[in-house]
Amino acid sequence: MIRESYLNALVLFLLLAVPVWATIIDEPFTITLATRAVIFALAAVGLNIALGLGGLVSLGHAVFFGIGGYAMGILAHHAQTYTPVMSLPFLIEGTKSMPVIWLVAMASSGLAAFAIGTLSLRTTGVYFIMITLAFGQMFYFFTISWPTYGGEDGLSVYVRNEFPGLNTLVPIHFFAICFIILCLVLLLNALIAKSPFGLALNAARQMPKRVQAVGLNPNRLKLLAFVISGVIAGLAGALFADLNRFVSPTMFSWQMSGEIMVFVILGGVGRLCGPVVGAVVFVMLEHFLGGLSEYWHVYLGALLLIVVLFARGGLVGLIVGRVDAHD
Amino acid sequence: MHMIDPILATYNLKKSFGALTATDDVSIALFPGEIHAIIGPNGAGKSTLISQICGGIQPDSGRVELLGHNITQTNVSMRARAGIGRTFQVSALAMEDTVLQNVLLGALGGSGTPWHFFRPALKDWRLRDKAMTALIHVGLQAHAATRASELSHGQRRQLEVAVTLTLEPKVFVMDEPMAGLGAEGSKNLTELLDNLREKAPILLVEHDMDAVFKLADRISVLVYGHIIATGTVDEIRSSKVVREAYLGDGV
Repeated sequence: MIRESYLNALVLFLLLAVPVWATIIDEPFTITLATRAVIFALAAVGLNIALGLGGLVSLGHAVFFGIGGYAMGILAHHAQTYTPVMSLPFLIEGTKSMPVIWLVAMASSGLAAFAIGTLSLRTTGVYFIMITLAFGQMFYFFTISWPTYGGEDGLSVYVRNEFPGLNTLVPIHFFAICFIILCLVLLLNALIAKSPFGLALNAARQMPKRVQAVGLNPNRLKLLAFVISGVIAGLAGALFADLNRFVSPTMFSWQMSGEIMVFVILGGVGRLCGPVVGAVVFVMLEHFLGGLSEYWHVYLGALLLIVVLFARGGLVGLIVGRVDAHD
Repeated sequence: MHMIDPILATYNLKKSFGALTATDDVSIALFPGEIHAIIGPNGAGKSTLISQICGGIQPDSGRVELLGHNITQTNVSMRARAGIGRTFQVSALAMEDTVLQNVLLGALGGSGTPWHFFRPALKDWRLRDKAMTALIHVGLQAHAATRASELSHGQRRQLEVAVTLTLEPKVFVMDEPMAGLGAEGSKNLTELLDNLREKAPILLVEHDMDAVFKLADRISVLVYGHIIATGTVDEIRSSKVVREAYLGDGV
């Protein structure tokens, strides 16, 4: 058994080393795969804050992923067609600037998470799963029937958006942006987990009535976790749209929500790098098995079954054992 | 009878569930420095009464006052902040967390706010001192790094009390703290509670009659949601009504 922090460092090192090596031997597709894994990991780290720390089984995180994607799609669409997003009551122009797009993506997915969380947290257990799923479907069918932004066909963005000082069209530059964001979010996650907020949230997951009895409101703690989680998933969605230069309603689909949850469960719920491991394994299976058969999900399903049945802490738990009792 | 005001009091509390009257016109008072025990047979409505005092259940009528303030309309967490420190019949602890983390949670709720995101809770020395003081008080300091799930039943009961201590409550409301304890554990916890009344008065719901008779300054007997008698240990022991309704002749 090795320590979890060493495993985390190793995972991040490999995730960085592979695309660097791919740049050297000029294999741009490998870099794209690694970027895809990093962005999925980011979305899953977001979900892990709600699921792992807060115990909120959300089957609707595609909502935030999709909102982030459409924030990018809509802003970039208007920028490339030189039309304003809206002109009344005040003028909003489109933009090709990534930082601006990220802010819009995070703010709008955060707002959506606040609204959805406020309503969904009135329920628990299987009802919470169902209501988050229902919100996901609402957004999915809304975008399908929204002709202004492509409806079912989605929106294409011809040129990747810009980041000051970098050429985002160079695969390794865009990878670097995504990787640094992932590392920053992991750092944030690690800090939150040990903070007073994290302590209280963790207790709210395990024993809400204890949290109430010490004078705190467990639902308020969970709502904030849900919003933080949604903001991160929204940021991931904006990056995902930029990776593909395309957004479509499938980003809102329940399969997307399910995949994000699979990353977390596969890697290890509540483990810092669990979602990263899960997303990387998923993208690798998708690439290698997907090349052999279009029914590769069968093998993913089998792996997931094995992990759920025999490794309660996911793949991370399998390698490093259970969480240390701090201090 | 009492010249001083009660810390905690209920006035004419009533609560029915359909045709069943769970709480029938209950008025009890808890005065500074006392342990006031509530006893009664199973199904007498003790838990329902506790819930109305702590905020989990709203009474149909009547009111609950803490330090003279009407708190009937407030919820559980507001009452906890107002000064009600409760322990649960079945230990309600964060089982995956360590003993220290559990008391830190209490200190967090009692003294600060949980809205800090970047500094580790375990390195907040003000919280930690408070948490350790509470652990020392109940004698669990050696187990600070143990997971709550690995504690014995008796140690969990002690931890419940420690978490409540960190809140620095105005009153303790304890729901069967002796439940499931052996003779030894019961004796230890009785001693602990005996000293606790100096910090704040205790409203004690308890089945363990030895503990009740040893600890209580006053006892109220609840039968079918109604208080049939309130008095000192001797008064209750010798009360004919109580004997008939509840204690039986052996006591």
